Amino acid sequence: MSKELIRLSNVTMAFDGDVVLDDLNLYFNDKEFLTLLGPSGCGKTTTLRIVGGFLVPTSGDVYFDGVRINDVPPHKRKINTVFQKYALFPHLDVYENVAFGLRIAKVPEDEIDERVTEMLEIVSLRGFENRKITTLSGGQQQRVAIARALVNRPRVLLLDEPLGALDMRLRKDMQSELKRIQQAMGITFIYVTHDQEEALAMSDTVVVMNEGVIQQIGTPEDIYNEPKNAFVADFIGESNIVDGIMRSDKVVEIFGRKFDCLDAGFAPDEDVDVVIRPEDVDIVPFREGQLTGIVTDVTFKGMQYDIIVDFKGFKWLIQTTDYCAVGSKIGIKIDPDGFHVMKKSKYSGLYGDYSSYSEEYEELSDPDADVGGEESSDDKEVAEDENA
Amino acid sequence: MKTRKLLAAPYIVWMCIFTVIPLGIVVYYAFTDSITGALTLSNITGIASYTGIFLKSIWLALISCAICLIIGFPTAHFIATRPKESTQKLLYMLIMLPMCISFLLRTLAWVALLDDTGIINNAIRLLGMKPLPLVRNNGAVVLGMVYNYLPYMILPLYSVIVKIDHRLVEAAEDLGANHGQVFRHVILPLSVPGIISGFTMVFVPAVSTFYISQKLGSSGTTLIGDVIESQFKTAYNPNLGAAMSLVLMIMVFACVAIMNRFSDGEAEVIM
Repeated sequence: MSKELIRLSNVTMAFDGDVVLDDLNLYFNDKEFLTLLGPSGCGKTTTLRIVGGFLVPTSGDVYFDGVRINDVPPHKRKINTVFQKYALFPHLDVYENVAFGLRIAKVPEDEIDERVTEMLEIVSLRGFENRKITTLSGGQQQRVAIARALVNRPRVLLLDEPLGALDMRLRKDMQSELKRIQQAMGITFIYVTHDQEEALAMSDTVVVMNEGVIQQIGTPEDIYNEPKNAFVADFIGESNIVDGIMRSDKVVEIFGRKFDCLDAGFAPDEDVDVVIRPEDVDIVPFREGQLTGIVTDVTFKGMQYDIIVDFKGFKWLIQTTDYCAVGSKIGIKIDPDGFHVMKKSKYSGLYGDYSSYSEEYEELSDPDADVGGEESSDDKEVAEDENA
Repeated sequence: MKTRKLLAAPYIVWMCIFTVIPLGIVVYYAFTDSITGALTLSNITGIASYTGIFLKSIWLALISCAICLIIGFPTAHFIATRPKESTQKLLYMLIMLPMCISFLLRTLAWVALLDDTGIINNAIRLLGMKPLPLVRNNGAVVLGMVYNYLPYMILPLYSVIVKIDHRLVEAAEDLGANHGQVFRHVILPLSVPGIISGFTMVFVPAVSTFYISQKLGSSGTTLIGDVIESQFKTAYNPNLGAAMSLVLMIMVFACVAIMNRFSDGEAEVIM
C-alpha cells in the first residue's frame, strides 16, 4: 500500500503555449485506488495520458518504479488503459478484443484461452465470447474494456471516466464492481472522473485538480471534512461558504456573530472562508435560532428537502428532513464541528453562494452534464477545455 | 411517401432510357445473327477465340489494381493522419487535380514522355546512351492504367482511414502493439471496405479500357476493350461486340461479388 510506484516530478504540459498542467508533483502508491478529480479542463485526463505514455510532458519527469520513463512509448509500459468510450475494436468479437494484448505478446494459445475465459468470468461476460462489440450494451462494452486491459496483468490500470456513458443505476453497480476487482487483483488503479460522489465512494486517495494545479490530496474523508480552499469545498459535496473573521482560536465570527468552532492556528482577526455543509445545519424555531432567515425555495429530493434560506441577502442551502414552507421564517443552529475554517485563497468569494442555486445545482446533479463535451477527445485532448 | 417516390421519377426515367433499354439492346444483339437477325448462340461461342485477350485484360487490370493499392494505401494513410485538416484538404486536392484534366490528354502526355522520340528518350540520347523501349508494351499500358486510376484507389481508402477512431490506435498501443502491429491488427482490417471499393473502382475501368492500350500499347497489347471497339467501328460486327460486352459485364459483376465476399458482408461497398 505504501510503496511508491509512479512519480510525476515538476511536470508541466502546454499545448501551443496553453498551459494545461502547471508544475505538477504527484506520486502514486502501489496497489492503491487513486482518483484524479476535477471539472473538465482541469488537466486530469492529460495527467492520465502522460502516465499512459500518450503524451510526453513539455517539461518535468515521469518515473515508474524509480526509472525515468518519459520517452518510453505506451506499448512498452506495464500500464493498461480503460479508455473513455472504451475504444473497443469493432472488427473483433468480445473474445478477440480481450485476447488482443495476449496475441500481441505471443502468449501460447491454450494460455490465452485460459486467461480470457477467466477474465470474462470476472467481469461476468461468460457466454458473450462470440458476440460482436456493436451488439453489446454500454455496460457490457465497459466490462469488455476492463477485461481487455486487465487480462494483460498490468501493474497499473488507468481508467478515463469509464462510467461516464452509463446510466445512474449501472454506474453504482460498476463502482462497487471496480472496487472489488481492484482489491481482488491487487493492482494500482488511477481513475479519472469529474463525479465527486464516484471519487469519494471508490478511492483510497483523491487528488482534486483545477486549472492544471493540484488543489488537495487526501483520503475521501479528509477531502470532504477538511477542504483546503473554497474550490475544493464547493466541488466536493454541497457547501455554504461565507466570509468570516477568526476572532481567536476556536472562535469564528460570521454575520457579525461569534460562534464556537474546532479550528485553531489562525492569526487573531484573520479574514477566513467558513464552510458550513448543508447537512450540518439544524433548523430550530425562529426565536431559538443562532441566525434567522426566510425560506425562499424548497425542493423535495427523496431522502431530504433541499431548502434555500436567505440570511441577510446571502442564500444558504440547507438539507433537512423537516418540511419548511416557502416564506416561513426559521432559525438555525450549528454545532461547533459544523464549521470548517479555511485560509483565504484565490477561490474566495467565487463559490458557496446559492443565490444562483438552481442552475448550479442542476449541473452538479446531472450525471451526463459533462459527457458530451469530452466526446471528441483527439490527440491533443483539446476537448477537455471545451466545457471549462 | 408519395412525393418521395415522385422525386425519384426523373432518375428512374433516365435510368430506363439510358441504361435499361440499351442493356436490353445489348442482350438482343448478343443473341442474334449479324446478317439474318435470327436468334443464335454463335456470338457467345465466337468469344472463345478471344479468351487470351480476355485473360490478358483481366491480368493487366489486376496488376494495375495491385500497384494502385501498394502506392495508394500509404498515400491515403499519410493524408488521413495529417493532424491539420487544412493539410489534409490540400493533399486531397492534389490527388484530385489530375482528374480535372481530360483523360485523353493525360494519356497522350505519357506518350509524349515515353515515346522513342519522346522527352525521356531524347534526354537519354543527349547523355549519349541508347534510347529505351518505354512505350508500346505491357508495362506502359499498366503505367497508364495506374496513373489514370490511382485517384480512384486513394479516395475511397482515404475516406475510410480518416474515419478510423484514433483511440483504437492508442488502445492497440496500450495493449502492447508496436507501429507495425497496430497497422496489421487494427488499421488494415478496418480499411478493408476502402480497399474493396478502391479495387473495384480501379478494376472496372481498367479491365474495359481501350484508349490506354491503343496509345501506350502495341498490337501485342490489344485488350478486350479494343476488340469490342473494333467490332463496332471497323469490323462492323456489333453482334459479336455486344456479346463480348455482355460477357465482360458479367465477369466484372462476378469479380465485384467475389470481392464483396472478402468483406465478410459487414462492409458497405461504395461503387
